[in-house]
Amino acid sequence: MNFLSLFVVVPLLMLAGLFPARTMRQIRAVAVTGASLLMVLACWLVWMYLAERSSGNTSEMLFTAETVWYPSLHINYSVGVDGISVAMILLSAIIVFAGVFASWKMEHLPREFFLWFSLLAIGVFGFFISTNLFTMFMFYEIALIPMYLLIGVWGTGKKEYSAMKLILMLMGGSALLLVGIFGIYYGSGASTLTITELAALTIPIELQRYFFPLTFMGFGVLGALFPFHTWSPDGHASAPTAVSMLHAGVLMKLGGYGAFRVAMYLMPEAAGEMSWIFLILTGISVVYGAFGAIHQTDLKYINAYSSVSHCGLVLFAILMGNETSTTGAILQMVSHGLMTALFFALIGMIYGRTHTRLVTEMGGLMKVMPFLGVSYVIAGMASLGLPGLSGFVAEMTIFVGAFQEPDLLHRVLTFGAIASIVITAVYILRVVGKIIFGPMADRHHEQLTDAVWHERLSVGVLIAAIVAVGSFPYWLSEMINESVAPLITHILR
Amino acid sequence: MQYALVILLLPLLNFLVTGLMDTRWKARVAGTISTVAIAVITLLSYVTAYEYFTTRFQDGSYQAFIPFELNWLRFTDTLQVQLGLLLDPISVMMLVVVTTVSLMVHLYSLSYMKGERGFERYYAFLSLFTFSMLGLVVATNIFQMYIFWELVGVSSYLLIGFYYTRPAAVAAAKKAFIVTRFADLFFLAGILLLSYYTQTFDFTALTSGDGRMFGTIGSLTFMGGSVLSWAMALIFIGGAGKSALFPLHIWLPDAMEGPTPVSALIHAATMVVAGVYLVARLFPVYAVQTPEVLHGIAYTGLFTALFSAVIACVQTDIKRVLAFSTISQIGFMMVGLGVSGYGAHEGLGYMASLFHLFTHAMFKALLFLGAGSVIHAVHSNSMDDMGQLRKRMPVTHLTFLVACLAIAGIPPFSGFFSKDEILAAAFHFSPPVGWILSGIAGLTAFYMFRLYYNIFWNDKPPTSRHAEHPVHESPALMTLPLIVLALITLVAGFIPFGRFVTSDRGLYTISLDWQVAASSILIALAGIGLATVLYRRNNDKPARLKLKFAGLHEAATHRFYIDEIYLFLTKKVVFNSISRPLAWFDRHIVDGFMNLLATVSNRVSVRIKGIQSGHIQQYAWVFLFATLAIAGILLFVV
Amino acid sequence: MGESILTASQAYIPLEAYILVSLIMFFAGVYGFLVRRSVLLMLISVELMLNAADLNFAAINRYLYPEHSEGFFFALFTIAIAACETAVAIAIFINAYRNLQSVKVNSISTLKE
Repeated sequence: MNFLSLFVVVPLLMLAGLFPARTMRQIRAVAVTGASLLMVLACWLVWMYLAERSSGNTSEMLFTAETVWYPSLHINYSVGVDGISVAMILLSAIIVFAGVFASWKMEHLPREFFLWFSLLAIGVFGFFISTNLFTMFMFYEIALIPMYLLIGVWGTGKKEYSAMKLILMLMGGSALLLVGIFGIYYGSGASTLTITELAALTIPIELQRYFFPLTFMGFGVLGALFPFHTWSPDGHASAPTAVSMLHAGVLMKLGGYGAFRVAMYLMPEAAGEMSWIFLILTGISVVYGAFGAIHQTDLKYINAYSSVSHCGLVLFAILMGNETSTTGAILQMVSHGLMTALFFALIGMIYGRTHTRLVTEMGGLMKVMPFLGVSYVIAGMASLGLPGLSGFVAEMTIFVGAFQEPDLLHRVLTFGAIASIVITAVYILRVVGKIIFGPMADRHHEQLTDAVWHERLSVGVLIAAIVAVGSFPYWLSEMINESVAPLITHILR
Repeated sequence: MQYALVILLLPLLNFLVTGLMDTRWKARVAGTISTVAIAVITLLSYVTAYEYFTTRFQDGSYQAFIPFELNWLRFTDTLQVQLGLLLDPISVMMLVVVTTVSLMVHLYSLSYMKGERGFERYYAFLSLFTFSMLGLVVATNIFQMYIFWELVGVSSYLLIGFYYTRPAAVAAAKKAFIVTRFADLFFLAGILLLSYYTQTFDFTALTSGDGRMFGTIGSLTFMGGSVLSWAMALIFIGGAGKSALFPLHIWLPDAMEGPTPVSALIHAATMVVAGVYLVARLFPVYAVQTPEVLHGIAYTGLFTALFSAVIACVQTDIKRVLAFSTISQIGFMMVGLGVSGYGAHEGLGYMASLFHLFTHAMFKALLFLGAGSVIHAVHSNSMDDMGQLRKRMPVTHLTFLVACLAIAGIPPFSGFFSKDEILAAAFHFSPPVGWILSGIAGLTAFYMFRLYYNIFWNDKPPTSRHAEHPVHESPALMTLPLIVLALITLVAGFIPFGRFVTSDRGLYTISLDWQVAASSILIALAGIGLATVLYRRNNDKPARLKLKFAGLHEAATHRFYIDEIYLFLTKKVVFNSISRPLAWFDRHIVDGFMNLLATVSNRVSVRIKGIQSGHIQQYAWVFLFATLAIAGILLFVV
Repeated sequence: MGESILTASQAYIPLEAYILVSLIMFFAGVYGFLVRRSVLLMLISVELMLNAADLNFAAINRYLYPEHSEGFFFALFTIAIAACETAVAIAIFINAYRNLQSVKVNSISTLKE
């Protein structure tokens, strides 16, 4: 069995291991083992990948393997990774790890919770290692379906409504996606579903004009493309902490990843023709999400709109279609994933103590919860793009890349996207100034305690990753760039 | 000179260590370690400066030297961000300035901040700031400068908001950050624009004098101006934000909410001159390629200088007076750069501007630290609570007087020499500008001595607060930096600055233009004289003047309502007219559409539900019709 | 003897008459099935439909394919099966009546009460 398949097998074992687990201790043991194993595997993968690349292997996908599954429709279980996938797998492993520790105190049906969580992990990792369109789609669905239960059962607020809305909208996106996949398959002659092979074939431009928008929108719904983003605020707000972390941190990146790898890579001619429409939509997302965030008073809603803005930037950069901006997009996926996971973790911890998410009801928390307060400030700084933290690296790469397109529309949209750094600063500092700094808003909050060990671990891992990517970005951006370059060459030909 | 890297690394290390150890160490330990670290790097800076100025002069100019550089991030094949150290006359000068003032502030704070909650945090942030500012001045490329630019902004945010339980401090920190961020937006746009056409971020390449790289950008036009001018203007706007030029000056007076030593370090001597430094760094491009932007810079500086000088005349909070004074003096520096040409005598403005940066840093820091000393003693910021302090606080009094004389431009203090050169350059460029600038210099003398007299002389009746606390001189750790800075102010004027820092890095001997000198001394004396008449003793003349010019006085006290305009823009325009409707639109229209889809599906489903009624006869009807229909089709159509 | 009987009956009653009768019977049955509210009457209508079909089988067999007898066999089968089906149906209806207290067909509309 291929080494890559371990990323699917380990969560599967985690799933299986949860069935006999009875006590909280056993459940936690299984979860921690699984998550730690995934972290180790991810680090090992990075190491092996970099070693393989430096030894001169320049093939597009490394560590490939293929098992025939349903030959008449060319559905195979094929796996392989390149720089982009490795970055995303690393991101997912970190967030799964942090998520497990953030859910340490899950009291309501913990076994079932971690069960669905493992299923989510299976879907996410499977998606990133797949190179066959059908299996990619299959893992995509596997990642999607547990969301309904996780939010609907373990969520807060109007959870049933949010869960239903989320799952219906995302399923709607998958439906469009499926049509797009069929279009690609039949349009290219129905001979293969493996991405690398499909890229070598051509799909007639008339068909591309139909299927590119469908596929792009299908992935775009998950990537918070305006106007299909409205599942996001309610979904994130109602979801439990670890689910929000994983969803905003990783799942939304599936959209960006798929949009690039499938929609743009396999249908480059249509992408070139129609990118301007989606550029406008994503440009709107970036600014719209930021302005929307200013008005919100619920911490999770602020973060959700912020995610709409940052994920919009990912799609924006991908659509710009040059090497630098795409590298920036992948970096932004990693960076934003870490940042938003950190935010949701912190919000969950704060909510667990103050029992409110409303900004108006909190104040001066730095005095009683210094660790959480400082972490929140760091998260805020990362979000507004402070150098030394990952957000800066990603956003600057995107801006420089986007600026390389000289025509007026691209320049105007780029300036709009850059302007979002000011708006982000406004809403981040407003929140930080209100809840972390300032005088205490509620006398009862003076009794609150700071983070405990598992919360510190969860937050610490994420902050360490953010600082590492932000201060030493060279290895990561080079790894991603190496893999992006041939893809872009193919797209632009 | 590889050791120059230590100058940057030591404060960074100190930040990490002091920050992570926080209250686990005793306050004294944190303070001492930080101060020792800064003392070390101050010494190293002097050594670097000595070595640089004595060994790096070749072929008629000082050679720029890069002892350290690493690849940090690669954007495209040609655009890369490196992190490195660039040593040339202005960066070495700034190293000396920043480390010296930082050391004085560190020493002073040991006593000033003693006993305060968050003492360790304070020193950690001071180190962070020092690191960021040093990184900014030694930047080898414009992107590195931008990186440290942002870091300096954050350090400033953290330090202004140091007393974070006070809403005013939190609000001030936020304002500072957002205003400078807004300016940085334009800075970034300018960087992107410039680098796209020149395909480099590197300062050495940009300022090498090779005009070819500006070929494409210089020939393109956009809305009337060349794209290069646009790019350089945008970059300048970024600098204007950090340097608090009109209309981006609003954050600086509010920033006085931070501890006074912070104001001394950041908002007087170092961070606020970042904009001046930026223009100085890119000066060859400004002067040779886009002189019209340079002239725009001069006029902006001129207006700012006048505007803030007027406001400073009516402020009663002593720190606010000093804040507006800083804004005004930075305006001077910008004018100096703006009127300058390139090379030898033409570049007088450049040299003068940086000379003034040097001297101003020293005496402004002195003024702020002195003000801190007074505030510490009197427990109030307001002039109305002070008076007659010269007997109780002799050291503070004398050093403060030295600084006031310097800023007023009285020889032999340093301020006279540097300001005089700027005036000379201004006159050379355009006599009206020269006269306006001289007038502002007179105003400067006036308001500074207004401040001086109100604190140390004016025998107004003591307020009840004043009478409660016995006022005494500050402890040695606070007065020592004051004395050191005063000494520097006394001698710095005699430094032959043109031998070190000039626009083309060549040598230039300063000569005193006696006409300009004489007129400036006279104007300064006039200002001092007016202040003496009005404020030395308590009388009603100021009150009568206030009544006479009531409108102007009122407007100046309210800082000409610029803050209100900004508040209006942010609250009414951004929050209410953009953000709220957008949020409503999202909730009700976009989301509402999705909800509508769901409701429609529901209703349709309810209607269709009737088909599956469970009534057999209904099914039988359907069967019948279907069969007839199919039979009909088969018989008649097929 | 068979010949004369055949000729005599053929001269008087055409095939169409039988078809017509069975048609009328069948649609009477259909009408009754669709319109009646009582399950017993629906059952009677079903019987009518079945008998109509039988008549059809018999008539066509007699007139068009006199050598064969499959039609008659089928008709006999159908009559027998109709009898069984009626018995089962009445058993179901009696059971339903016991639970629902009604012979109206509308009352049997939900799978689970």
